[in-house]
Amino acid sequence: MLQTEISPEQIEERKVYREMGLSDEEYENVKKILGRRPNFTETGIFSVMWSEHCSYKTSKPLLKKFPTKGPHVLQGPGEGAGVVDIGDNEAVVFKIESHNHPSAVEPYQGAATGVGGILRDIFSMGARPIASLNSLRFGNLNTERTKYLFSEVVSGIAGYGNCVGVPTVGGEVQFDDCYEENPLVNAMSVGLIRHDEIQKGQAKGVGNTVIYAGPPTGRDGIHGATFASDDLAEDADKDRPSVQVGDPFMGKLQIEACLEVIKSDALVGIQDMGAAGLTSSASEMASKAGTGIEMNLDLVPQREENMTAYEMMLSESQERMLLVVKKGREQEIIDVFTKYGLKAVAIGEVIEEKVFRIKHHGEVVADIPVDALAEDAPVYYLPSEEPAYFREFQKMENAIPEVENHEKMLRTLLQQPTIASKEWVYEKYDSMVQTNTVAGPGSDAAVVRIKGRDKAIAITTDGNSRYIYLDPETGGKIAVAEAARNIVCSGATPLAITDGLNFGNPTNPEIYWQMEKTVDGMSAACEKLQTPVIGGNVSLYNQSKGKAIFPTPIVGMVGLIESLEHVTPSFFQEAGDLIYVIGDAEAEFGGSELQNVVNGKYEGKAPALDLDKEAKRQSQLLKAIRSGIVVSAHDIAEGGLAVALAEKLFSGKNLGAEVELAGNPTVELFSETQSRFIVSVKPENKDAFEAIVDDAKQIGTVTASGELVIHVDGEEVVNQSAEQLQALWKGAIPCRLKSKE
Amino acid sequence: MKFAVIVFPGSNCDRDMHYAVKDVLGAEAEFVWYEDECDLEKYDGILIPGGFSYGDYLRSGAIAATAEIMEQVKEQAEKGKPVLGVCNGFQILTEAGLLPGALMRNKDLSFICRNQRLVVENNETMFTSQYGKGQIVQFPIAHGEGNYFCDEDTLAELKRNNQIVFTYESNPNGSVENIAGIVNKEGNVLGMMPHPERAVDKWLGSEDGIRLFQSILENWRKTYVAN
Repeated sequence: MLQTEISPEQIEERKVYREMGLSDEEYENVKKILGRRPNFTETGIFSVMWSEHCSYKTSKPLLKKFPTKGPHVLQGPGEGAGVVDIGDNEAVVFKIESHNHPSAVEPYQGAATGVGGILRDIFSMGARPIASLNSLRFGNLNTERTKYLFSEVVSGIAGYGNCVGVPTVGGEVQFDDCYEENPLVNAMSVGLIRHDEIQKGQAKGVGNTVIYAGPPTGRDGIHGATFASDDLAEDADKDRPSVQVGDPFMGKLQIEACLEVIKSDALVGIQDMGAAGLTSSASEMASKAGTGIEMNLDLVPQREENMTAYEMMLSESQERMLLVVKKGREQEIIDVFTKYGLKAVAIGEVIEEKVFRIKHHGEVVADIPVDALAEDAPVYYLPSEEPAYFREFQKMENAIPEVENHEKMLRTLLQQPTIASKEWVYEKYDSMVQTNTVAGPGSDAAVVRIKGRDKAIAITTDGNSRYIYLDPETGGKIAVAEAARNIVCSGATPLAITDGLNFGNPTNPEIYWQMEKTVDGMSAACEKLQTPVIGGNVSLYNQSKGKAIFPTPIVGMVGLIESLEHVTPSFFQEAGDLIYVIGDAEAEFGGSELQNVVNGKYEGKAPALDLDKEAKRQSQLLKAIRSGIVVSAHDIAEGGLAVALAEKLFSGKNLGAEVELAGNPTVELFSETQSRFIVSVKPENKDAFEAIVDDAKQIGTVTASGELVIHVDGEEVVNQSAEQLQALWKGAIPCRLKSKE
Repeated sequence: MKFAVIVFPGSNCDRDMHYAVKDVLGAEAEFVWYEDECDLEKYDGILIPGGFSYGDYLRSGAIAATAEIMEQVKEQAEKGKPVLGVCNGFQILTEAGLLPGALMRNKDLSFICRNQRLVVENNETMFTSQYGKGQIVQFPIAHGEGNYFCDEDTLAELKRNNQIVFTYESNPNGSVENIAGIVNKEGNVLGMMPHPERAVDKWLGSEDGIRLFQSILENWRKTYVAN
């Protein structure tokens, strides 16, 4: 870290801007914009604002491809979070955000501040956060370091989420070698708001006052955004000071204070100080409003002595908010923060001239045209190249992995960390506070009711990166489709998505190709399934030692359950119910859990996805659910039909299932063919169900035996006690965490 | 009957408690911010909700226990009014000396959130009269520091006075004698780790908590009518 400030000439001469992340070309551009050389503080401001994290300079051309409009969308990408109408003058606000780099070097704080950050995006829109979810990726649970990262990340999420009183209602965790050095921590939050209370982060009204609210600014997290916009270096530990430290107690007070403040008509705009802290919040608010902002850093509350303008502008100290308040009415707003023990002070004003002007110790230390930082940040169109591996995979035939004993294989699959129960994780999260959680972690989708109404929302996070690695376009479609399957199974109509795009270094044309194709696939699925993208986050440079993660877009999807009577469990409910499978299995094992277990690698073609078929099955299943004739519904995902059937028995109800299948047992049991569901239906509703769902085939019945019995072509291939299978499934992760290397 | 729901900085089950007594039970309820000038005399029952008052800094419940409003809570408790502390509320009540013992970190040192089966050990309190003795009820738990501890003499006294109100059917946190909730000797101050206010609706998986609030209401009515 640079300690002493050097002159503009020296910055150019010694190319100091490079250390801050600006390229030579970008530096020249800055000079042109300013008509002079930038000083040290200005160079820092440009470097964070033009970092990938803040400017999306390399991903912007791709993000434009996403469909972002729909009848329910009240606010698309561009504000802190997107907003979707759910009727009755109510709306949900949601967004997903990554905190990958910080979590790799300081997992507890990295994850905790990830949760804190996404919550601020929600309540700064004026919404009360009602649910959190997360999507986590780690290396295989066989090294001490991975176990450490895994348990600390979970503790960090729990530590923050539990304290602020927002239930963590769902999420997912997957384990693959490619995440060994680069764990992914994506946090999603959902808020509830009335239409008329939606806030915009705008600095409108010349003369209005800029207020800083929250704990004082320290030297933590300086250049966090820049750190997040580069490969994770082998000596990444030295970047630990770039990681912010969270205080959930402050976060909780900040939520209550801000939700009280938004009720006041003295408030003009509000935005959280996220990445690039004071710099990004102030310049973005001004840019969006077409105004300028002048701030005096001497007025900014400071935690440490002798902080420089550079440090204050780039600090990412947590739990801070920036507000624009009508002139003369500052005290009303300050009083609310004071009630909650939070400091709020006027630090500047909105000005007509569209500049971002910072004063410190009586001098102007930064004077930058506002639009240069936000709107006019550079955009790069990077070269893309189809990787050789993809062409090879496409040529491969769909091979069926060899399985000798299907029963044994089912037990093995249930114990794979990606499939195994995540109870060890989610029992550490308060999933029930706010008393709205109808279906919590462990369900296909979380279901959160809206108090005082006969309706609920369904929420899920999904993203199988193995398919996307094999074939990004198909995999991108699958990611969206699978999220929608989970939403539909719970009884909801999918409404919209937020996307967390996690990739390697985009300057590698093969990585950029993965990004391009993934976005194409996701966009096609979003169009077809009518789930526009209302916001999200891009995390690039998830690679170290030249090895990138699998392309990992996380889809956070929200759906609407129009009546609580439509809420559908994923587990079988009663003996005697008929078991249906929707869709046939094909010999599709590329990227499957079985392929990983048997061959130790992922190769070949990803499972095919026919979006028309997908949309038809989803809408028919939803129609059947709404007609009240579906007892339970679950999608077939990793591990195939056999794993899905076993999971449907893991409710502790001592139920069993008798199932008759025909064909190749390995394909029938473990294929990961897409667009498939298992559903249970009362015998009396057989005809009604079959009349609605075209591709449904009855394969068996729910029994009271507590045994899972599967026959293929008349031969018994599985006969296992559900209780024992459940014990294996539940015990797998705790067992791996306890075992030594 | 009118309840006060005491809100400290960091309380986060305050709204849930309010919802349970007002919207589900149909009683009156008001939030009382810990600093507000407020006379608790005007309330018939006091509810101290869960959460992380003061971020659990120092010790959970320790700072809230020293707040001025707790003096008023003590006065009202001495007058025999029902005082219920749930989760962090229980921790505050032990820290404030209204209940004996202490809540330590869970035996395996991690936070636990799940539905938990409890045994109603004493159904002769103003909080549990609507339950059967030995009845099994299901309330969610959600805590990191719910491991109830007290010395042997205190335990003997708790037993002697029938102060142990709820026990866990299977012990999730290491509590002495599976203790999940206790009352004071007078029987009008109940502290418990499990959350009855989270078990008030079939959509939430259990309605067993409603009877706890109904018990308070019924007993208040009886007393009120008798007086």
